[in-house]
Amino acid sequence: MTEVSMTVNGKPVKADVPDNTLLVQFIRENLRLTGTHVGCDTSQCGACVVHLNGKAVKSCATLAVAANGADVTTIEGLANGEMHPMQTAFKENHGLQCGFCTPGMIMTATDMVARYDANGKELTEAAIREELEGNICRCTGYHNIVKAIADGASKMASS
Amino acid sequence: MYETKYHKASSVSEAVSLMGAADDGKLLSGGQTLLPTMKAHLAAPSDLVDVSGIAEMNGISVNDDIVTIGAATTHAEVAGNAALQKACAGVADLAANIGDPAVRHLGTIGGSIANNDPAADYPAALLALGATIKTNAREITADDFFVGLFETALNDDEVIVSISFEAPAKACYAKFPNPASRYALAGVFAALTTAGARVAVAGAGDDGVYRHADMEAALDGNWSADAILGVSVGADGMLSDMHGDAAYRANLVKVMAGRAVAGC
Ligand code: FES
Ligand code: FES
Repeated sequence: MTEVSMTVNGKPVKADVPDNTLLVQFIRENLRLTGTHVGCDTSQCGACVVHLNGKAVKSCATLAVAANGADVTTIEGLANGEMHPMQTAFKENHGLQCGFCTPGMIMTATDMVARYDANGKELTEAAIREELEGNICRCTGYHNIVKAIADGASKMASS
Repeated sequence: MYETKYHKASSVSEAVSLMGAADDGKLLSGGQTLLPTMKAHLAAPSDLVDVSGIAEMNGISVNDDIVTIGAATTHAEVAGNAALQKACAGVADLAANIGDPAVRHLGTIGGSIANNDPAADYPAALLALGATIKTNAREITADDFFVGLFETALNDDEVIVSISFEAPAKACYAKFPNPASRYALAGVFAALTTAGARVAVAGAGDDGVYRHADMEAALDGNWSADAILGVSVGADGMLSDMHGDAAYRANLVKVMAGRAVAGC
């Protein structure tokens, strides 16, 4: 067991966990933040994406102990009294059906918008599709997710 | 995942001594291959020694045409480094196409080459660039480093510190990703270095990454996709599996080599 402490959604948290605890287990089972999902065993689906020190990572392929001292944002940390613009965009563009992949999609989406913004690059439709390489959706066929991310990007720019 | 003991090393020498003290230790960097492998019970190290935070293993520098990349530098950092883009865009672009964005935020160049997965991209780049791999103990040329499938010249407990190479006149990578896994079915890195043309092939050879002597000879003095057309690539020594048979891979190697050369 190792004591880990980190900041999750702005709040300091601390727990004793076995060293082989994945970050996603820590988030779901210790913190009971179950918005972050586990959709696969092979790091392919992206349902578990969270932001670790501001960058999108797969929390199923990261150890909780390795995130000691880190700043973590999960889907629960995005809304701030009202929905985050990217969440609104997913709702308005019908970017989800069952919703299982959605937390990971939205965390990936906000990360890509921030990166393209920081690099002064245009987030084209083709770029959005490329960037979704590591996120799998079994329902929507992706078109509305791509539309939602483009819309969310412009909502984020104007908010 | 089986139980394991996690250690965070703050220097290369500390990592070496932690590895020495461990029963069956493994170095952990980005963990993007190792952790899924452990989850699948295909690896069960007694100890994990995390090297991702070691300062001397992080970062990229370009000095007098010599590019040095710390072993714990992530794919995203390699892809986004402005000095590297200028000195050798082929390597930055290769990094930009490894895995997916989340994997690139954690996965590292040192982890990739230490694992030497036959379908990994970096080994082809390092071999084609004639790179030098610096460890805690010695310097190893890429030609000596990559030994076979998942095999390298590294000794137990040896830690890769950095990778360096001379900025080439030209360098480009082209890969044909498996449509499902996105790993290279065949990837070719072609470079025009001070030692002449060098061509390395990933994903296709049944003994891992290798250099293609005939293509190198054809490109020396005639750096063009046309020069590749005249080279015959046989199916002997090619991987053959459900993703593609040997003849298909041989053809892909030639097509990817043409694209790599045409791309730079
Ligand atoms: S649960 Fe992490 S990638 Fe599928
Ligand atoms: S909405 Fe069901 S998996 Fe994406």
